[in-house]
Amino acid sequence: MRRTTGEEELRPDDGGRPDEGGRPDEGGTDRGAATERDAGAGTESGAGKGAVDVGQGAGRTKKSRRKKSGKDDVVLPALGFIGMLRFVWRQLTSMRTALFLLLLLAVAAVPGSLFPQRPTNAAAVDQYIEDHPVVGPWLENLQLFDVYSSVWFSAIYLLLFISLIGCVVPRTAQHAKAMRSKPPRTPRRLSRLPEYSAMAIPAAAGVTPSSAIEEAAAMLKKRGYRVDVRDRDTGRPSVGAERGFLKEVGNLLFHICLIGVLISVAVGGMFGYSGQKTLVEGDTFVNTLVGYDSFEPGNNFDRGQLDPYSIRLDDFSVTFDRQSEANYGQPLDYTAEMTVTESPGAEPEQQVLEVNDPLSIGGTNVYLLGNGYAPVVTVRGGNGNVAYKGPVISLPSDSSYTSSIVIKAPDAQPSQLGFVGLFIPTAVVGKDGRTVASDPDPLNPQLLLDSYYGNLGLDSGDPQNVYALDVKGLNQLNGRQLDTGGIVLKAKETYKLPEGKGSISFDGLKRYIAIEVHHDPGKMAVLMCSSLALLGLIMSLFIGRRRAWVRAGAHDDGRTMVEFGLLARGEDYRLDAERDKLRELFGRKWLVENGQPDDDDRKDK
Amino acid sequence: MGVNETLGEYSDLFMLLAAMTYLVAFLGFAWDMASSSKTLKAVDQRAASAQNAQQTTSKVSTVAAGAGAQAESTSHEGLTGPSDRVARIGSGRSASVSDSVAAQSMDYTGERRVAARVGVSITALAFVVHLAAVLARGIAADRVPWGNMYEFCTTGALVVAGIFLGALTRKDLRFLGTFVIGLVLIMLCAATIGFPTPVGNLIPALQSYWLVIHVSVAVIASSLFTLTFAMSVLQLLQSRREAALAAGQSPGMAFMKRVPAALNLENLAYRINAVGFVLWTFTLMAGAIWAEEAWGRYWGWDTKEVWTFVIWVVFAGYLHARATRGWTGTRAAWLCIVGYLCIIFNFAIVNVFFSGLHSYSGL
Ligand code: HEM
Repeated sequence: MRRTTGEEELRPDDGGRPDEGGRPDEGGTDRGAATERDAGAGTESGAGKGAVDVGQGAGRTKKSRRKKSGKDDVVLPALGFIGMLRFVWRQLTSMRTALFLLLLLAVAAVPGSLFPQRPTNAAAVDQYIEDHPVVGPWLENLQLFDVYSSVWFSAIYLLLFISLIGCVVPRTAQHAKAMRSKPPRTPRRLSRLPEYSAMAIPAAAGVTPSSAIEEAAAMLKKRGYRVDVRDRDTGRPSVGAERGFLKEVGNLLFHICLIGVLISVAVGGMFGYSGQKTLVEGDTFVNTLVGYDSFEPGNNFDRGQLDPYSIRLDDFSVTFDRQSEANYGQPLDYTAEMTVTESPGAEPEQQVLEVNDPLSIGGTNVYLLGNGYAPVVTVRGGNGNVAYKGPVISLPSDSSYTSSIVIKAPDAQPSQLGFVGLFIPTAVVGKDGRTVASDPDPLNPQLLLDSYYGNLGLDSGDPQNVYALDVKGLNQLNGRQLDTGGIVLKAKETYKLPEGKGSISFDGLKRYIAIEVHHDPGKMAVLMCSSLALLGLIMSLFIGRRRAWVRAGAHDDGRTMVEFGLLARGEDYRLDAERDKLRELFGRKWLVENGQPDDDDRKDK
Repeated sequence: MGVNETLGEYSDLFMLLAAMTYLVAFLGFAWDMASSSKTLKAVDQRAASAQNAQQTTSKVSTVAAGAGAQAESTSHEGLTGPSDRVARIGSGRSASVSDSVAAQSMDYTGERRVAARVGVSITALAFVVHLAAVLARGIAADRVPWGNMYEFCTTGALVVAGIFLGALTRKDLRFLGTFVIGLVLIMLCAATIGFPTPVGNLIPALQSYWLVIHVSVAVIASSLFTLTFAMSVLQLLQSRREAALAAGQSPGMAFMKRVPAALNLENLAYRINAVGFVLWTFTLMAGAIWAEEAWGRYWGWDTKEVWTFVIWVVFAGYLHARATRGWTGTRAAWLCIVGYLCIIFNFAIVNVFFSGLHSYSGL
């Protein structure tokens, strides 16, 4: 249905009125597949008045059509407040506004891909602002670092959805009515319809106009049309038929489901949560707030929502490509063996977590998002006591797992110790004498560290990034840049710090994984709604909604003349095929060879 | 998970061969266009002068037609065919314009077009070689051949060529030949020069059956949009030409006589775009489902997701435009073109220059 203005959308579907929404005057062309408005002129002046017309007139010309469409262009009505509101509402729910808002939405979504976004990468945003001290704050004020929850982006899509609701509600009512009402009156001049054909039944066949119409009605009905026979007892009976109501149903379903998607997304955002945790082999994670490294709750999150299941990482293995020369060392497989305990006291269960294959436990999904090495170290203070013992997570920065690592030992006595540096799984000495990583597997693991002592600042109570060491106020003991050189530790080695500050040993190596826990209660609804939307879209785009009218009359020479015309509502390129089909059906029924030369040259369509 | 590198090298070789064969086909189509323009220029000039003469008469006939519409007739003879139908069908397009564009139906006519035939047969040959190359690549890698930029490009080009050849069996779309085969050539060149990647296994993030579903549907949808892009560009050219013809000027671009009228291009493009849009909607949904499986959220406004969304909205806009007064025709064609440019951007620029979760370009 080609709706054009708000007014037309609200108009009852009587099918017989000329559609004033003029057709586009673009490019000096006219749409070949005409829609109902073309039939209008004929219907309006009364149906079944008797004439199977010669129709020597050319159809309404383009010129007059233009004039008509010009008339209902926007003219501000001099109405009161209510009138004004109605006017605004009509404008908002018009096709033109919908189109404008859609295009605006497309444009508005773009900046989010050009600038770093807070929700996905806050660090990059800070970096950007630092690098662009002038524009940065401006962009920040314009919410360009948080496009998808910005005021302007929200305004566009909310307006669009208000427009959508304003569009869908009246259309649904209108369509419900259309589905209950009878097919529209028979246009006076069927020949005006976009598809038209006529045939003459020989007198010998014994078909009267009224029996022809009854039979035509039956045949149309069988083809899925709803039919209505009129002027039964006159000399010019006719049948009106319509099919394809599901097209509009599909369209409405599609648009309504879009609203459903939006609501489901909103619900998911409000009641869902997500959190991250790194797990070294052997570690257990318990799904409580304190169990997470970081946690992002929705607005309406309640901590009672968390199901206290626990999962332990038993083993994590990575397979690298060892066959292909070109892709040597590319990861092929990550497999995490987990022990899952659904609730405290429940029977533990072995499960495998892989990329693209999350665990689902306690209403959440657990995803494998990252991995790396956690060297096991022992740090002793100057007094010889163990200050830290255990795995330390290192952050890989390339495909050979060159990883940065920070070790903090606040318990070291007499002074606290801190280490910054690199972990390299397979260390080789490059041409320039520097140690580099050459393979992701731990073939020759090394720790390359700088060491510091002093107050690490952990006692102040301020939260600190465990992956960074603030060296301000610390005294450096040694370092790779210094003449003394840094610490180079191979597996199982121990290094004694200068000035008797203590020692560090590299005892072993474990892997760790980064998991992400998600709970999104809106997810299923989003899937349902979007699947239904897709169904509706297919119905809407590929079902042909069409009307057909058949009229019969007796010729003076005893033949029964039958003519019929078809009209598409909306885009329907198979209308001519339908005409041919009807012609074939009627022909077979009434035993005429398809002899009558067709009335026009529409075969060339 | 064995990778057969020898077979991979054969695949590369075949790909080059296919590209060269396409080049010949491209020349064939170009020759067809060029040769037609010579013979057709004369026709156009005649048409233009005829149009000048006709314009005066058509005004008169419009008035007469208007009067005729008022008249009542009860004659039964009208059953065989009212004369107004001819006027309506042709309305907005004078006879001389229809003479100067290809037949509306885009069916084959008896006309001999040697160059075009050569173009089609060589395209078919190139397609076979191309298919062999893509299959060899898939077999060499032991997986679907669309896991990195090189493979998206080469497989995408194969689908474009395949859909074009398939459509040619039903409709005479040879006028699209230069355009479509040109695009296929560009895609193959981009792949072999811009993103050469040796065969390899998939990284774990891509090891999912969603790769098969999501990407293949995306590639098919993009191929359909490639066709409609070509049609929309031609539509814009053709409608300018029609306007010139209608105004009685010599329109130039005589090769466009091989091309159907703007309106027919628009209608066919719409039909294809409707299918493309459904497939793109599916791509978007499948991508979201996959994202949910791999990263734990179905939508995260990752760069790639943003652009997939933008493309979807632009084509939704296109479908709306076709139902909005004043927005069909030229403007709808522009929307279709913009949508396609977004696809190119999403593929070429976003994959290469933007960082995001979808960093699988293999560069
Ligand atoms: C949320 C944004 C929207 C999207 C993504 C969207 C998308 C679409 C699509 C893809 C179609 C073509 C398929 C079909 O016929 O069902 C369509 C058709 C249609 N839409 Fe929307 N739409 C949106 C909002 C609106 C709004 C706000 C209105 C009301 C003004 C509207 C009114 C229509 C109408 C009347 C049609 C039928 C056009 C025809 O007959 O060809 N849509 N829409």
